[in-house]
Amino acid sequence: MAELFVYGIVLGSIIALGSIGLTLVYGILRFANFAHGDLMTAGAYVALFLVTGLFSWLGISDANFGSLSFGWRMALAIPISMIAIAMLAILLDRILFQPLRRKKSGSVILAMSALGASFIIQMMVLILWGADSLFYKPGVLRPALMLPLGIKIRPDQIFIVLIVFISFATLHLFLKYTRMGKAMRATADNPELARVTGIDTKKIILWTWGIGGAMAGMGGVLYGIDVQLHPLMGWGFLLPLFAATILGGIGNMYGALIGALVMGVAQQISTAYLLPTYKPGVAFIIMILILLIRPQGIFGGRS
Amino acid sequence: MDLGGIIAYLVSLAILAGIYAVFTLGLNIQWGYTGLFNIGIAGFFCIGAYTSALITTPMPTGIYAQYVHQIFGWNLPFIFGILGAALVCGLIAIFIGIPTLKLREDYLAITTIGIAETIRLVFNNEQWLANGPRGLMGLPQPLQEWINARDYNYLYLVIVILILVVIYLAIERAIRSPWGRVLRAIREDEISTAMSGKDIFYFKMQSLILGSMIMGIGGALYAHYTKSISPDVFTPLYGTFIIWVMIIVGGSGNNKGAILGAFVVWGIWIGTKFMTDLLPYTLKARAPYIRFLLIGILLEIILIYRPQGLLGEEKRVSKMIE
Repeated sequence: MAELFVYGIVLGSIIALGSIGLTLVYGILRFANFAHGDLMTAGAYVALFLVTGLFSWLGISDANFGSLSFGWRMALAIPISMIAIAMLAILLDRILFQPLRRKKSGSVILAMSALGASFIIQMMVLILWGADSLFYKPGVLRPALMLPLGIKIRPDQIFIVLIVFISFATLHLFLKYTRMGKAMRATADNPELARVTGIDTKKIILWTWGIGGAMAGMGGVLYGIDVQLHPLMGWGFLLPLFAATILGGIGNMYGALIGALVMGVAQQISTAYLLPTYKPGVAFIIMILILLIRPQGIFGGRS
Repeated sequence: MDLGGIIAYLVSLAILAGIYAVFTLGLNIQWGYTGLFNIGIAGFFCIGAYTSALITTPMPTGIYAQYVHQIFGWNLPFIFGILGAALVCGLIAIFIGIPTLKLREDYLAITTIGIAETIRLVFNNEQWLANGPRGLMGLPQPLQEWINARDYNYLYLVIVILILVVIYLAIERAIRSPWGRVLRAIREDEISTAMSGKDIFYFKMQSLILGSMIMGIGGALYAHYTKSISPDVFTPLYGTFIIWVMIIVGGSGNNKGAILGAFVVWGIWIGTKFMTDLLPYTLKARAPYIRFLLIGILLEIILIYRPQGLLGEEKRVSKMIE
């Protein structure tokens, strides 16, 4: 059980990277972005192209860092995929969502458009890479470290939790102390009031998509390192992402982090009693319970 | 292909388009008239198909019982399958409606996605329920002893069209009644409808249940057409997304548009198959993805440039003033 708890923290930190963007977009643009999970998928596959394609062609060393399962190639691929997915998210907004906002379409039409975008990304990945599961490094043995309480953990997993922690700390400092960060928080709290006080909402929207996309892209790569890559991996993340976002309170970044950790741990612990394939179902049941008991989330936010 | 072959092919196309039209009519009550955002159609599709299959097939006996597991098999006629499918889907709609219909509209969307995914997981993993991933086969077809198997599709097309027409007329009548006007009032402005003394939750619930029951009927019709069902049929793409594209292309809030959309999009979907057949051999395995990509792009274009669809909503005040 202690081991499942630790794995839950690992999964939860990956979910957190996705739910941060979801909750920011939900709070600022007020629509459910059903394509957010697929931004994670796209990030994972961009890194796959870099690691197994471009970087091997460029002749960058394939050696691993210590006992981690990756080396310089992945260290370079992570920031590049983050930038690529940030740009993809901004592009989606420009092509699909901005025209709809301009026409004052309802939030449901925007969500519909996002669902379309979700399937478009899935299909692109399926066309380019096919339907099979893939790995960054197939066939590599991934030894585990033994921790007290009989917990087996891979060095990769420790790396994942650390890098997510560092990203969140950076994001926290950005939101807390920079001008742009403060403006973003203000807009997430109350978009109308923010606009009236002269905050450039266009710029805020750009940053929201950029940050949300970059974090989602990183989440996808980390899941690829921890488990595997699959064209529908992001779709599988959709329910935990929304459950975490609603649990933490929509628009509340810290709530999303806590919500994601809760979802990760709940999903992993459930595997002690249920088939692992039921993980999305577990996320769904928890979400229904939140909606019934406390739809505004544990930390407030908008219901 | 000779003329007979072409006609048989068109008949099979029309049957599937007709079944999809049943779904678009169900969705039109929820989305077109009430503004309920149900993106878990695949769940109702799946439940409708499996319920009817279990009701109409006999419990496997002898050697089959070792290979085919199902929770029950009542061996009842087709009509009971249809009714059972509608009933069970209505009950699931109540279950979904209770936690979500009082909240923001997009919570219903997330919940319906969740239920569709969970239903598929359950049918995939629970062998005892309906034979797990292998699904159920050899479903009976209504009136199959009346006509030889080669020409059976003609008869089934008639059955599908009859059911479609009955549903269409029933909805048209309901939507012109005071009840229908309340639904559209909720879609346009919830707060002022509530201020006129209408119980929003109650009307939304009725709309959700009615639409879901019609989707259950669609699922049953599908199951008895293909005669075999397995959980992987009811994916978000085939079970939900394409139906949404149909209603948005055809025109939400217009029953004729909903039916037209089903036939047009199904025609486009089949048409793109002929297109991808021209692709080089190495790309053929990925042809369905290319086709779905095109359907996705079609949806985005319609949403931006023609949100009212091919036929927009007709202005209707009352059946008394026509």
